[in-house]
Amino acid sequence: MAQEAKVAVKNLFKIFGPHPKKAMNLLEQGLTKEEIFEKTETTIGVQSASFDIYPGEIFVIMGLSGSGKSTMVRMLNRLIEPTVGEVFIDGEDITRMNNDQLVKMRRKKMSMVFQSFALMPHMTVLQNAAFGLEMDGVDKATRESRALQALEQVGLEAWAASMPEELSGGMQQRVGLARGLAVDPDILLMDEAFSALDPLIRTEMQDELLKLQTKAKRTIVFISHDLDEAMRIGDRIAIMEGGRVVQVGTPEEILQNPADDYVRAFFRGVDPTNILTAGDIAGDTQVTIRITDGKNPRAALQRLIKNDREYGYVIDSEDRFHGIVSTESLRELIDHPDGEQLLKNAYIEDAVTAHNTDSMQDILPEVASHPWALPVLDGAGRYLGAVSKNLFLRTLHRNHPDERAAVEANQDGVQ
Amino acid sequence: MNLLTFKEKVIPLDEWVQSFVDWLVFNHRDIFQAIKTPIELCLKGFEWFFTVLPPVVVILLFAVAAWRFAGKKVTIFTVATFLLVGYLGLWGETMTTLAMVISSVFFCALAGIPLGIMSGRSDRFQLLLRPALDAMQTIPPFVYLVPVVMLFSIGTVSGILATIVFALPPIVRLTSLGIRQVHPELIEAALAFGATPGQVLRKVQFPLALPSIMAGLNQTLMMALSMVVIAALIGAGGLGNPVVQGLNTLEIGLATIGGLAIVLLAMVLDRITQGFARR
Repeated sequence: MAQEAKVAVKNLFKIFGPHPKKAMNLLEQGLTKEEIFEKTETTIGVQSASFDIYPGEIFVIMGLSGSGKSTMVRMLNRLIEPTVGEVFIDGEDITRMNNDQLVKMRRKKMSMVFQSFALMPHMTVLQNAAFGLEMDGVDKATRESRALQALEQVGLEAWAASMPEELSGGMQQRVGLARGLAVDPDILLMDEAFSALDPLIRTEMQDELLKLQTKAKRTIVFISHDLDEAMRIGDRIAIMEGGRVVQVGTPEEILQNPADDYVRAFFRGVDPTNILTAGDIAGDTQVTIRITDGKNPRAALQRLIKNDREYGYVIDSEDRFHGIVSTESLRELIDHPDGEQLLKNAYIEDAVTAHNTDSMQDILPEVASHPWALPVLDGAGRYLGAVSKNLFLRTLHRNHPDERAAVEANQDGVQ
Repeated sequence: MNLLTFKEKVIPLDEWVQSFVDWLVFNHRDIFQAIKTPIELCLKGFEWFFTVLPPVVVILLFAVAAWRFAGKKVTIFTVATFLLVGYLGLWGETMTTLAMVISSVFFCALAGIPLGIMSGRSDRFQLLLRPALDAMQTIPPFVYLVPVVMLFSIGTVSGILATIVFALPPIVRLTSLGIRQVHPELIEAALAFGATPGQVLRKVQFPLALPSIMAGLNQTLMMALSMVVIAALIGAGGLGNPVVQGLNTLEIGLATIGGLAIVLLAMVLDRITQGFARR
């Protein structure tokens, strides 16, 4: 991506404990986190993390507890001071900012949503939503009207005068979200924001967030330990383990090419049919037939026989998909010379197509119910490839059983 | 080794303290007299207030406070207490004691809340303050009565100062506790939204510590009342007077009514301030 990064993290370290310098030296000498802790009682929170976050994307940082993800997000607004390294926000290195600049940056550019909601128990819902604006010195009337707008966005305007303790967990986190939205930040940091909620409410909140994101594109940094959540809302995911960022990529990229056993173990139990799309798995091994003038059924038949295939996919010069022919339908056409010898008369009637963004789950019935491979088209109707039963099963297989031995061997290390 | 027979004094600490206090009194008495002024002003203000008002109005004021903050039972109890001390012939003494106790608590709050906030926000400050507070609570008041009298002379102001020394620790400790009990996530949230340290204190820590601070104020008030008799020993007057007088002349009846009035007054003030703290 040649895009300008909204947040750029460069070689970031956080070392907790009495001897950060010593620990850095040992780290450079190649000692592990555990060895360094034994020697110096110093904990490596985050080590040599580098990644870019682009404007308008939901960037999920995922890892188990102790992987350093919460430390990482707190270094983005310097609630935790980085030991070494740089964090650029809109090209400005926040690690060099003085207190005034830092306070200003926190007020204007970013806000944060917390796992435990962290609402002020002595303030009403409205006052909570207006908190960031109050810190910024916005006058009461303005901040209350903006806070009310933010509450409307999360559907809580009727509760403005309530106290947070009167609300359910899900509603409290909506207030937390409204508090984050009221300051109209470029960047929203969400630290396990939905982890404390019931699964149903959690899904609801994820949808809510995605809905809000379609209205106003913010850059969202979302911390999660829940893979399903990461897959559901993340445009890109960074996976952290033991303070290191082990992989950054789109959910599909990571699912298809896990960087190591740790990442692979994470994806164990994930149903790939929910994540992979028809476009991801479509193969181009099927025979395609250029339609040209459309009067070449014999040539088409020849091509199928030569490739030992039963079905052919008819496309035009711009790769647009027209239909599926089979050796049988072509023979029938040729054997009845009374009709016009046009290729389209040999198209299989009940052939359907899939869109490249359809999930594997979506296309399963079509793949299963026809003997031919399901053609996959892009938004412009161009043929991208086809999904056969074989290919579908192979994809499931690749993500599951043959990895199991390796994953189980690795499990102790992960837990 | 006659150093281990302990037959004679080796460290003359008593003489050192003696000469230090003498030196203070001789050279810097003006400083201590200056400290007296604001306390005297505050005391006189309250005393004037309670004596210039007709007793009925004072009773009414306390009844209204009790009604608003503590309910019906406490109101009845309050009115009964004031009527009783009046009929016991202790109205004047009660008003003096009230003025004294309120002045003491006022200065305790003035010094104690900021000290408590500082010790709540800084571990190092708390470490330094803690032994001082421990000393203030454990040193028998009789030990510091003499230097207080030497520096501030006999009278109500000295009584208030001795009371402040004794009654200050609870408000400091409970303010500090209240500040420390504010959930760190809330402070983190405030900082994340660009709060300055001052805003964190004003908007988050202080309001959330308020119940604890009020409990501290209540404890300080109770301890101030418990000093009434000792303060009377150095001429502070008030309800301690009949007790001290009864003690000196073995008039058990006089000591009893003085003691009874102190206990009832303490209960009234405790119930009202506790009700207020719950708000």
